Formats: sequence, structure tokens, C-alpha cells
Amino acid sequence: MELITPDFGFVFWMTIAFGIVFFFIAKFAFPVIGKTLKNREQKIAESLEQAERIHEEMQNIQAKNEELLKKAKEEREEMLNEARISRDKIIEEAKTKAKEETDRLVDAAKETIENERKAAMTDIKNEIATISIKVAEKILERELSSDEAQIKYINEIIKETDNQ
Amino acid sequence: MQIVILEGQFLMKIWKYIISLSFLTCLLFSVPNIAIAENQTESEFKAGEVIIEHILDSYEWHIFTWKGHHVSVYLPCIVFNEGKCYTFSSKVFHEDELYKTVNKTNSEELVFTIPHEGNHKGKIVILNADGTMKRPFDISITKNVMALFISCTIIIVLFYLVTKAYKKRGEKEPKGLQSLFEWLIVYVRDDIARKAINEKKVDRYLPYLVTVFFFIFINNLLGLIPIFPFGANITGNIAATAVLALFTFFITNLFGNKEYYKDIVNTPGVPWFLKFPLPLMPVIETFGCFTKPCVLAIRLFANITAGHIVVLGFISSIFIVAQISVAGGVGMSLFSLILAILVDCIEILVAYIQAYVFTLLSALYFGMASKEHHHS
Repeated sequence: MELITPDFGFVFWMTIAFGIVFFFIAKFAFPVIGKTLKNREQKIAESLEQAERIHEEMQNIQAKNEELLKKAKEEREEMLNEARISRDKIIEEAKTKAKEETDRLVDAAKETIENERKAAMTDIKNEIATISIKVAEKILERELSSDEAQIKYINEIIKETDNQ
Repeated sequence: MQIVILEGQFLMKIWKYIISLSFLTCLLFSVPNIAIAENQTESEFKAGEVIIEHILDSYEWHIFTWKGHHVSVYLPCIVFNEGKCYTFSSKVFHEDELYKTVNKTNSEELVFTIPHEGNHKGKIVILNADGTMKRPFDISITKNVMALFISCTIIIVLFYLVTKAYKKRGEKEPKGLQSLFEWLIVYVRDDIARKAINEKKVDRYLPYLVTVFFFIFINNLLGLIPIFPFGANITGNIAATAVLALFTFFITNLFGNKEYYKDIVNTPGVPWFLKFPLPLMPVIETFGCFTKPCVLAIRLFANITAGHIVVLGFISSIFIVAQISVAGGVGMSLFSLILAILVDCIEILVAYIQAYVFTLLSALYFGMASKEHHHS
């Protein structure tokens, strides 16, 4: 029976002792522990979130980098193409110009030659005429009396020969 | 993963320690019993008496008996009678069965004694001239009270150290004792309080739940250590468990919200004829408010007391057999010791489970008294 009868003295001391322990833990120990635990949990959660964010950012940056690289490659390609095109164009232009120049030079030369030839021809004609006249004079000195009629006649003959 | 492994190693260490401790427990349990057996060679060895004597409270703390000589710590008796306080050492009852003192105001002689029989068996009473006994107002520092002071000091010191560690280490990872406590505190918070109590109200009840958990758990464990100054049966004392249950009762009902009281008067989900004209359900519900803490008190008391009785029973069986034959006693001691060690291991588990159950049920009652929406 004593086993299941609460003894007043013990109830008294138990209330005091447990009350003190409760007071100590509730007032001094637990606020510190609970607060630290909460702070730590918050910190961990924040750190995880931050890590996640940084990871995402890194991925973004990487994607951006890749895009930039791609763009740069494309630009380089384009520039090379442009360069190639302009090079070809320059070469082409140079070629045309050179051809034109040569053509012009050739033409000029031809013209000069022609002119020279014509002049030479005229000279030669004149020379030949003179020589012919002198020859004819000598031949005809004796046969023909009028010089003028003779020259006219000879020139006609020369012209005819020329045209032939 | 790393943390889990570390915790595992840590638990292994603790477990090893507990096993060796319980082994020591059993060995040392047998020492006083051997002494008792030697002391009572003429008379029979009464296992029941020995066990009950251990379970119950006493005014002195018997450590062991050596060659028929009791080695005890005599504790102070504090007794009030008719508004006067009498203090004396319990040693007076060791020297003489009666302790006579004089009331200084009216110079009347008072005789204190501890009867061996009757209603007040084992308690200090005042022996009147006509032979009747009167139980005075008795707040003596008994063995259990002494043990209670010691365990409370240990709890406060432990919590002081842990709090200091928290202050020092801040938000860094816990270390040593701090990690053991954190493990248990987080367990109480996440697996007991937060599951039973409304999210917004948890913080209000948490300090009490943590206190009650550690108080019961540490006292249960200390009760398993047989060496002085431990081994008292605090949580196996109905007065201690009743006080704890009363704390739970008052906290439940003082912090109960309107809805909780409305549910008691007008119980939802039951047919009207159970409430009117005969208020059957309200009566049952009101009664339930009082039975809940009673159940708490009795469960804890019975579990812990039963554990102590079983361990002592196994040890006592050695001496019962030894009285018949010495060889049998030696054989029995091996058998009993193994069983007692096993039971001690189970008791360590029970120490934890009972602390858990008490805390969980308290949390459930708090949860019921503070829930906001109830299903209709």
C-alpha cells in the first residue's frame, strides 16, 4: 500500500526540485539552445539556397559564355568571308585595270606605229615620186617639153598604182 | 553520410559504455544482497522484503552491510508538529527505536518513532502517551529526496555545460556532450512536439517537454546505477510521477484554448442524446481530463518499479537457491547474472521509452488543448 501512496514530503521536494530544473531550463538553457538551433537551421537553409543560386548563376554564365563564343566564331567566319570576297574583288579589279592599261598601251602603240607607218609611207611616196620624177625627167628630158604636163601625168599613174 | 557514420560511432561508444555500466550494475547489486544474506544467516532470506525495501523510500541511505555492520548515510529529518519544526538526524533511530525531544514552549515531551508495522510503516510518527500514533507534517530529506537533489544538480550542470557550449560554438556544428543533447533535443522538438502540437504553439510548450524528457530519462538512468549516490527509485516513486503528471495537467488546462473547453462541454461528433438531457459525454470528457494525467503517472511509476523489481528478483534468486545449496547458489549466480544484465539492458531501453512516452503523451494533450481547427 505504501508503494502506491504518494508521500507528502516527497511531493513537496519534488515540486520544488522539478520547478527549479524547469525554471532553469525554460529560462536560461532552452532559449539559448533553441535560438542557436533555429539560427543554424536558417543558416544551413540559406547556404543551400545560395549554393543553388550560385550554381544557377554559374550555369547562366556558362551558357552566356558559350553563346558569346559561338557569336565570336560566327563573326570571325563572316569577317574571313568578307575578306576573301574583298580580296577576290581587288584582284579582279586589278586584273581588269591591268588589262585595260595594257590594251590602252597596245592601242596607243598601234596607233603610233600606224601613224609612223603612214608618215613613212608618205615620205616614201614623196621620195619615190621625187625619184621617179627625176628618173622620168632624165628619161623624158629629151622626149617631153612641158614638165608640168608630164608630172601630172606621172602622178595620175602613181595614184592608179597606189589604189591597186 | 559522414555525419550519420560519426553519429553511429558515437552511439556505439555510448552503447559500449552502457553495456559495461549495466554489467557493473549487476555485480554491485549483488554486493549489498550478499551482505544482507550474510546478515540474515539465522533467519531466512526474504527476497520480497529486500526488493520492497529498495523500491521504497527511507530516512537513511543504506550503502552496504559489512560483516553485519550497516554502512549508511544518515539523512536529516525535518518534521513539523503543531506549528513547530523539529530537525534531527535519522541516526537517532539507528541507536534507539524511540527518539524523545522536548517542546520548548510548553515543555511537553514528544516521542518520535518509525513503526515496523501498521498504517505508518517505515514513516516517522509521534507516539502519544496512550499508544496511538500520529503522522506529523514530514518533509524530511529522505533517500529519494537526496537522490532527487543530486539528479537535479546533475541535470542543471549538464544543461549549463551544453548551454555554454552553444554560446561558445555559436552556429558551428555541435561537439561532444552538446551533440548528444542536440540529438535528443531535436528529437523531442521534431518528432514529438512538432508532430503533436500546432506549429504556432510549439515554442510555448517546448521548454517543458524538453525538461520533462531529460528529467525522466536522466533519473531513469541514474536509478539503474546501483552505486551510491545513485540507484534511488525516483521515477519509480508514485509521488514523483504524480508531480510530473500534475505539471502536465496544469499546463494542459491552463493553456487550453476556448475550443478545447467547448469540446468538453459540447463534444463534437456524438449524437445529441448523449449530451441532453443527461450530459453523459461532458461528464466523461471532464473525467477524462483527470484520468489522462493519472494514466501518465501510473504508467511511468509501474514501468520503472517493475524494472527494478525484475532485476532485484533475479539477483535475489541467487540467494534463495544458495540457502538450499551453496553449489546451486554458485550455478544460479551465473544464470541470474546473465539474466539480470539482459534485463538491465532492457531497462536502459525502457528508461528511454518511458521518457519518450511521457513526453509524447504530454505533447499530445497539449496539442489537443491548443489545436485551432477541428474536424466537424
